[in-house]
Amino acid sequence: MDEIKNTNKMSTFDITKIRNDFPVLSQKIYGKPLIYFDNGATTQKPRVVIDIINKLHSEHNSNVHRGVHYLSDQMTQMYESARKKVQNYLNARVYQEIIFTKGVTDSINTVAYSFGEAYIKDNDEIIVSEMEHHSNIVPWQMMCKRKGAKLKVIPFDDKGGLLLDEYKKLINSKTKLVAVVHVSNSLGTINPVKEIVAIAHENNVPVLIDGAQAIQHGKIDVQDIDCDFYAFSGHKIYGPTGIGILYGKERWLQEMSPYQGGGDMIERVTFEHTTYDDLPFKFEAGTPNYIGAIGLGVALDYLTSIGLDNIKNYEKKLLEYGTTKLLALSGLKLYGTAENKICIFSFLLNNSHPYDVGVFLDRMGIAVRTGHHCTQPLWGHYKVEGSVRASLAFYNTLEEIDYFYEALKKIQKMFNE
Amino acid sequence: MNIQETQEEIINEFKNFENWMDKYNYLIKLGKGLPPMDSKCKTEDNIIKGCQVKTWFHSTFKEGRVFYDIDSISIIIKGFIALLIKTLSGQKPEDIKNTDLYFIDRIGLRENFSPLRANSLWKLVNRIKSDATLYCNK
Repeated sequence: MDEIKNTNKMSTFDITKIRNDFPVLSQKIYGKPLIYFDNGATTQKPRVVIDIINKLHSEHNSNVHRGVHYLSDQMTQMYESARKKVQNYLNARVYQEIIFTKGVTDSINTVAYSFGEAYIKDNDEIIVSEMEHHSNIVPWQMMCKRKGAKLKVIPFDDKGGLLLDEYKKLINSKTKLVAVVHVSNSLGTINPVKEIVAIAHENNVPVLIDGAQAIQHGKIDVQDIDCDFYAFSGHKIYGPTGIGILYGKERWLQEMSPYQGGGDMIERVTFEHTTYDDLPFKFEAGTPNYIGAIGLGVALDYLTSIGLDNIKNYEKKLLEYGTTKLLALSGLKLYGTAENKICIFSFLLNNSHPYDVGVFLDRMGIAVRTGHHCTQPLWGHYKVEGSVRASLAFYNTLEEIDYFYEALKKIQKMFNE
Repeated sequence: MNIQETQEEIINEFKNFENWMDKYNYLIKLGKGLPPMDSKCKTEDNIIKGCQVKTWFHSTFKEGRVFYDIDSISIIIKGFIALLIKTLSGQKPEDIKNTDLYFIDRIGLRENFSPLRANSLWKLVNRIKSDATLYCNK
């Protein structure tokens, strides 16, 4: 541990300064310092994001793409500048490929509807994986039901690694789309999405990647991955809630019809016929969450200033340290032990129900999530109903992991007495 | 003892504990001592839907009074079940329906009882109330 601490001091990654950027982290829960290990559910917001939201409401508020007046023009420029920030962050080819949505769920539903209407017919097949979040299952099920298509599932091994040979066997001439999660929210597995995309493309099948748990942990390059769609949420990458991104290759987005109709997405409306606006506006019906979008842009700037490699390296240390510590606890069963994973510890403690462990951790000031984490089929693989999930971020510390470890030991003692 | 008297007794009992850990230890003890549910009643239909913690609920109505058989896979929820059964089992449905279960708040463990979508204790209390309402009409 000392060695890890020393390495931190030597690097430019200043954990004390970073923690000070997040006001929520300094509070106490039940009189104990908050240890926020529920970053998989949502991340905390740095001061710069909180400040910009406040400033936009206080000084700049005006609807975008509408008015000729000064405030509207200013807000429109900031909104479109946020889109370009996302484009750069993902290394998308053009800004037209960046659609602002409400979040990953909204992004996936948009594709499930619009892609489904354009390309899916009776007996076609969609491939998902056994470790998907419900957000990347249910929209496809709804689409399959509507179009008479079928859902096929890539299984994973007990460590939490997708079985690519099984995946290859599933692809055939009926396959119309592959939709897989980049990083599992329950197990932490980082899936080999580049390889998954390459295999699909060999068969002329497009791929959607659910990036909800990947985007905040390192560099994502959609051109390098070569995926056809990539979705993520602002609130999981230190930005505001209610804003998300759908990246789509221009070719698909041009061909697909919009999911929702309304203001802002039209070129011309008569009672007989409507023509749609160009990309990306075609997919952004109604007043967009422009303040959320700009807040997201600021969050991306903040992460870039810290350095995505610094974040990745630091979180890797947290993962290694935490894994060693937790595995030393007899009676703790860790789920998700794939070689390539993010800093998520999903576990069961002896025979205790996750809820009971979560209630005790809460009383000790530690925020975790308990239950199925919206991945019920995944837990079906292990024949359990869920887990305790500690999901860490780059503002967490080795000392917090130590405290967490001691808390779990205390809980074990309480339940076994 | 009526519902209010039992609630007061529980509140007084919990006053003896100095901290949250002692309270939970007592709750765990109560949970461990909860009589096992009749296995015939542990059916799919008796599972309270939408709870994070799987909880089974069964009641019988005898001579104008309601009796409970409830179980859960969480030891903390089982502790609360023991307290709820002590308070409500054998009472009249109209009293159960109209009662304010204030003891949950007063014993200082309210974090288990919030109107969350998947909060098991919240759903269990709602189920007890709706169940009592049905018996009121009999």
